[in-house]
Amino acid sequence: MSRMAATRDGYGEALLELAENPKVVVLEADLGKSTKSLHFRKKYPERTVSCGIGEQNMLLVGAGLAASGYIPFASTFAIFTERAFEQMRNGIARPNLPVHLCGSHGGTHTGTDGSSAQSIEDLAIYRALPNVIVMHPCDDTSTKILTKQLPESGKPSYMRTARNKTPVLYDGRENEIKIGRGVVLKDGDDVAIIACGVLVHEAMIAAEELSKNGMSVAVIDMHTIKPLDTDLIDKYSSKCGAILTAEDHSIIGGLGGAVAEHIVSTNPVPMERIGVKDRFGESASSEEMLEMMELKSHHICKAAQKLVARKS
Amino acid sequence: MSKSIAELEEMARKCRIEICKMTHRAQAGHPGGSLSEIDILCALYGNRLNVRPDEPKWEDRDRFILSKGHASPGMYAVLAEAGFISNDDLKSYRVKGGVCQGHVDMKWCPGVDFSAGSLGMGLSFGMGNAIAAKLDGSNRTIFVMVGDGEIQEGSVWEAAMAATHHELGNLKLFIDCNRIQNDDFCENQMRMFDIPGKWASFGWAVKEIDGHNMEEIVSAIDWMDSITDKPVVVVANTVKGKGVSFMENNPGFHGAAPNDEQLAQALSELGVSA
Repeated sequence: MSRMAATRDGYGEALLELAENPKVVVLEADLGKSTKSLHFRKKYPERTVSCGIGEQNMLLVGAGLAASGYIPFASTFAIFTERAFEQMRNGIARPNLPVHLCGSHGGTHTGTDGSSAQSIEDLAIYRALPNVIVMHPCDDTSTKILTKQLPESGKPSYMRTARNKTPVLYDGRENEIKIGRGVVLKDGDDVAIIACGVLVHEAMIAAEELSKNGMSVAVIDMHTIKPLDTDLIDKYSSKCGAILTAEDHSIIGGLGGAVAEHIVSTNPVPMERIGVKDRFGESASSEEMLEMMELKSHHICKAAQKLVARKS
Repeated sequence: MSKSIAELEEMARKCRIEICKMTHRAQAGHPGGSLSEIDILCALYGNRLNVRPDEPKWEDRDRFILSKGHASPGMYAVLAEAGFISNDDLKSYRVKGGVCQGHVDMKWCPGVDFSAGSLGMGLSFGMGNAIAAKLDGSNRTIFVMVGDGEIQEGSVWEAAMAATHHELGNLKLFIDCNRIQNDDFCENQMRMFDIPGKWASFGWAVKEIDGHNMEEIVSAIDWMDSITDKPVVVVANTVKGKGVSFMENNPGFHGAAPNDEQLAQALSELGVSA
């Protein structure tokens, strides 16, 4: 059994390691205990700015710091970052200021807090903003490495992390992780599953199950939704001739949307999307939510089989 | 730097002329709020801000954040007076490719330190600048200007609360209280009652002045500089459209340009001989 960890813990660890750069500052909106920026705050209180429960102010304080040469990392729940969307749009993305926003507790996997806390549209809205890097890593190792790569990007970013633990997939594969580059976790020829976040693990299980029936399935971790690794998508749409996307996010505008937008003008192979079907969630455990939203490995298997049928 | 009161008043008169010309040329823009803010902008750029027109991105410059970014003609006029841009640049106001974008933009215009255009954002941004200055151990000062209608935006009060929590004595705010917003008088749109009292209750040091009396403005800036343990706000009572009779207190000139005839009258009132 793999090690279990939550991506938000990877974020917290990355901040601690980034602290050796004196320009790195952390901004909080009363959820540092949850997003895991609290470790930085405890060790570097002089470089941590409490913005109270005020997300709009927090993002623009970040913009002001970035414009003065600092590298701000601001975090809150994914859903509450959305409250400050226009600040992100007009105050950060438009002047291209390198403020790094982390939205934790993203997706229906967030669980029992219920629909008000389950952001299912964050990837879609931030992806629509010019200049902004958008990521949703699948484990704590990749979250940590991707977070640490952000300062050198010099661009604003949004990264979604998850509240609950999932199996770690990258231990020993750290050097494969790079912003903007998808990772082929498992190779295959019949269908390529392009997944992000907590559904990468579900995709791996599905690929394993499908192989028992003789189907050869590739699994790609597309941790960066923007800029999208279009070369890798082109390679696998040619190689497999069928694409299946999987995300704990609305089927509208997220990873599935991004991939579909790309292949429609390059190589429009048969495609299916696993995602939240334009509805809100409710209170239930993470596993129950994935089942309810039809995001489990068996749902992925069914969609893959449908794709293979469409191919012939 | 260090202009006399008379020189600052003359600077403001020249800026008023450019505000009218710019909006007339573009047949768009916001003359009213530009004319109400301009005396304060001239006092800051003419007499106070430690900035370098030949090195606009100099790291340790004081900052001036115009949050009410629609009042950009005033900002551009004063930047031209201060030598950041040329008088010729003023002709690019709202013109494709021009440094003088419709709303002030740090990516387009030298001397502009904030990309404005959406109300309620500048004070938070200035707060970030102020925290950065403290982290740098610098004594540079951050000035911000908001409009009175603008403080109806809730996020302004997030910043108002946070700035005192963080004891930002290097953060200085002007409120251009010209009593008119886009659609009508503030009184009719959203009554704000005791504006100085609201800021005082958030822990700010507050002073109220006549925003067109240059002596009062200059001494208010000295007062702002004297307070270093908390943020300060000067509530400047101004007249929208100040200096052009038919624009004064006229909600119609919040976002409308003068026509040919009106420009001629405005320039005449501002002492330009025909």
